[in-house]
Amino acid sequence: MYATRTRQARPEPFVARPGLAERLGLAYMDAPLALAAAALAAFSVFVLGQATRHDVPGNPNYFVDRQALYAVLGIVGMLLLSRIDYSRFRELRVGIYTFLCVSISLVFVFGFAARGSRRAFDLPFFSFQPSELGKLLLVLALAGFVIDGARRGSARQRTVRYLCLGLAPAALVFLQPDLGTSLVFGAITLAVMYVGGVPWTHLAAIGAAVVALTTLVLVVAPAIGTPVLKGYQQERLTSFLHPDENSSDAGYQQNQAKIAIGSGEKTGRGDRATQTRLDFVPERHTDFIFAVIGERYGFMGAAFVLSLYALLIWRALRIVTLSKNSYGTLVAGGIAAMLLFQVFVNVGMNLGIMPITGIPLPLMSYGGSSVLATFLAVGVLQSIHMQSRLSQKGRFAW
Amino acid sequence: MSNRLALRLAVFGGLALVLFVVLFFRLWQLQVLSGDKYLAEANNNRTREFRVSAPRGEILDRNGEVLVGNRTSFALQVNLQKLPADRAERRAELARLGELTHTSLRRVLKIIAEQQKVAAGAPVTLRRDVGSYLVYYLQENQDRFPGISVQRVFVRRYPSGTLAAHILGSVHEINEDQLKEARYKGVQPGDEIGQDGVEYTYDRPLRGTPGMTRIQVDALGQPTPGGRLVDRPPAPGNNLQLTIDSKLQATGDAALSGQGLYGAYVAMNARNGQILAMGSNPTFDPALFTHTISQATVDRLYSEDTGAAYFNRAIAGAYPTGSTFKPITSVAALASGAVTPTESIYDDGVFTLGGIDFQNAGGAAYGSLSMQRALQVSSDVFYYTLGDRMYEGTPKTALQEWAGRLGIGRETGIDLPGEQAGLLPTPAWRNELYRKKLTDRPWSAGDNVNLAVGQGDLQADPLQMAVAYATIANGGVVPRPHIGLQVNDAAGRVLREIDPGPARHVPIDPEWRDVILAGLHDAAQLPGGTSYDIFGGFPVPVAGKTGTAERPGYADQSWYVVLAPYPDPEIVVAVTFEQGGFGADTAAPAARDILSEYFGKSAHPVPGAGGGAIE
Repeated sequence: MYATRTRQARPEPFVARPGLAERLGLAYMDAPLALAAAALAAFSVFVLGQATRHDVPGNPNYFVDRQALYAVLGIVGMLLLSRIDYSRFRELRVGIYTFLCVSISLVFVFGFAARGSRRAFDLPFFSFQPSELGKLLLVLALAGFVIDGARRGSARQRTVRYLCLGLAPAALVFLQPDLGTSLVFGAITLAVMYVGGVPWTHLAAIGAAVVALTTLVLVVAPAIGTPVLKGYQQERLTSFLHPDENSSDAGYQQNQAKIAIGSGEKTGRGDRATQTRLDFVPERHTDFIFAVIGERYGFMGAAFVLSLYALLIWRALRIVTLSKNSYGTLVAGGIAAMLLFQVFVNVGMNLGIMPITGIPLPLMSYGGSSVLATFLAVGVLQSIHMQSRLSQKGRFAW
Repeated sequence: MSNRLALRLAVFGGLALVLFVVLFFRLWQLQVLSGDKYLAEANNNRTREFRVSAPRGEILDRNGEVLVGNRTSFALQVNLQKLPADRAERRAELARLGELTHTSLRRVLKIIAEQQKVAAGAPVTLRRDVGSYLVYYLQENQDRFPGISVQRVFVRRYPSGTLAAHILGSVHEINEDQLKEARYKGVQPGDEIGQDGVEYTYDRPLRGTPGMTRIQVDALGQPTPGGRLVDRPPAPGNNLQLTIDSKLQATGDAALSGQGLYGAYVAMNARNGQILAMGSNPTFDPALFTHTISQATVDRLYSEDTGAAYFNRAIAGAYPTGSTFKPITSVAALASGAVTPTESIYDDGVFTLGGIDFQNAGGAAYGSLSMQRALQVSSDVFYYTLGDRMYEGTPKTALQEWAGRLGIGRETGIDLPGEQAGLLPTPAWRNELYRKKLTDRPWSAGDNVNLAVGQGDLQADPLQMAVAYATIANGGVVPRPHIGLQVNDAAGRVLREIDPGPARHVPIDPEWRDVILAGLHDAAQLPGGTSYDIFGGFPVPVAGKTGTAERPGYADQSWYVVLAPYPDPEIVVAVTFEQGGFGADTAAPAARDILSEYFGKSAHPVPGAGGGAIE
């Protein structure tokens, strides 16, 4: 505090009076990160506006209005969160973790079922899907546990502990059943452990276990008659391996998405798009929105969107290195991994090189929970960035 | 930041980079490298084509009378995509449908499988020409028959029944092999094409252009609003006008069937080769082919035991011609110098060659006669002598060469499918058989002697005889017989005149022609002529020759070929009957009926011509 006052006594000439930007904290935010996120959300609203005009009879702007609202709320949330010192979350890790597990569990009791899966609460204005926010919560809590437990127990005990902490909520989500989100939870857990310094040997063992488990679930279990996955899940996970088989629903969907994107060619088909306009591609406003972009705006549009994601993830990774403390490093790493995993799996699924897992494209897929959670995650990244900038400057402008 | 952490973050960043490179590369591969392929797939996905069949052109006779028209009918179509997804339900529905159309489920499935092999995904035409009661029933019970639709189609209509059945031919759905042929380029599976007769030869102008509606559909196959992409109405085919005169054809068909014998006739414009009438007995109803026909019917139409009604004896019959061959022998003998137009040969009733006696029919002896008289009384001895002389002369094959030039043993080139060349026996032909041990002896003088009177191995059909006689009458111009006259559009405007011109020219001296025609005229209309009994009183001067050919295993083949009016003929009629006996008994009366009809309105007695009594 003393140092701060001293500095305040001799203000630099050009910040003699804090401007609006500074008072909002904008000056210390990572502008490219914020702009990339905002641009993606804006593009999402734009795409939905063109592609979903006829989806809800009598309300051409159904999806647009809602997505725009979620984006605005998300940006406000991001701005607010960026002003909070993320280190507070480390202290709240147990509470966060408890809230995470309880909220996911409550879905089993109060959630409504959509397509055979209970994963959301029906709130007055929108349905809230705890597992979406849960991704961020898991990053915040798990990073806290890793920092906190860094000196307790042997390396092996720690590895097992982190794994259990991460995989417990992942298992709950898997039971909803929501395979995609549980995979994201798994990816987050691994990323936080990786950045947290879990020995390479342990990571290799975990990797081997993942490979073995995948084989067991996808090949051995169905073969001996005790399938772990539901039939459609199994089909989705493996259909991309034989893309020309149109027989299964999953293979059909993936093939249609591929045709949609390919048919966009270099400059896109605009309103003459047919694949995503005439229902050949399912879930065009959510999981397969990238196919809409590919078909409507061609390589130019799709590559532009991909570039925005590359920018987003590059800035996130940069923040990992900028963090003023290890907790920030772990949190930023977890969030970067979360974004990277979701983008790669979703876009890869649209392009026919990854299985269909029901993972939304962050900020682009329609959905309040996902958009809000992603903006909040970006807000946490901004907080880390801001704290780092402030600690360098040695002042706090709140 | 520790080095260990820096390494881990570098690996993390590297992984992110690799993943993005993969995504960019894949995106580029899909959209830039193979975008056109996916665009084609997308367009294929979203469009459905509906074809509306176009009516074929009508076939008219030379006076514009309709020989083949169209009527609208209904075809039962199965849209496989709209059948119930459940296998048992699907089979039940098809079985119900089969019951309505008297088709077994197995047969229904077979039809579907066959058509799917040719055009996967296209609607399957289960049955053409279904009754309207069935159409109403299906419309009232649509919910019980999802995926079944009724389409309006055009079916051939034959207002004159069996008239000219062998000329008209039939139409049928194109088959798998035909689809590969160049002449059916643009024809789609399920389209109908001409399968025989002029329907086959003139398929291209007759065939219309099917209309097409291409609409845009969504993933469920439902049409989308405003998604009508192409809407082309069907364009009917052009009309074909034939050289056939349906009245003459009716007379000819009646004259043929009136004898109750298998046979054929041709009535041709001797100058330009236009076929005025042509028929073959037994005949069939061409409307048979508008339905699915049973195997039994097919057998009946094709089997020789039942008369092979489908077989056009006028262009594919293979018969010895008997004495109708004599004018041809005459040309050959005159051209090769074996005889002169006025030279007399003594006919004592028997011609002996190598110890074998060749006798005149009925054992008659005509004494000394020239060619004109030999033709009148049909002296075999005269022609045996010519055959023998040509065998001894140079070239030894003068008879065969001239017969070939006049069109015997070769296709005439008529615009009908299925024409047969027949057989003109030559030394080379028999000697080849002998070398292969397929016959007991090589060519000998006896073969030439037999051929000179149209006997032995000779096989010809009425069309070839008509062409040969017309050539003699024309003084050497070989007409190319044809049945197509012109192609008209729907409004009657002439789009194309069909005139193939003469097939070739052969050098026939006018003096030879005059002698031969005079002999034929005497044969028909001078007392003592072989067909005087039939044509003696005919009001128009004619020149005709009887023929009675021995056909191994059958009673005699009856022939008559006649040119009229003499001496400048414009029509030639050739008639033959299997097992018809003497030419004057069956063939000549049929020929007279045809000529009566032809000259009917303008017929006027010609005093003095022939000098016969007018009946």
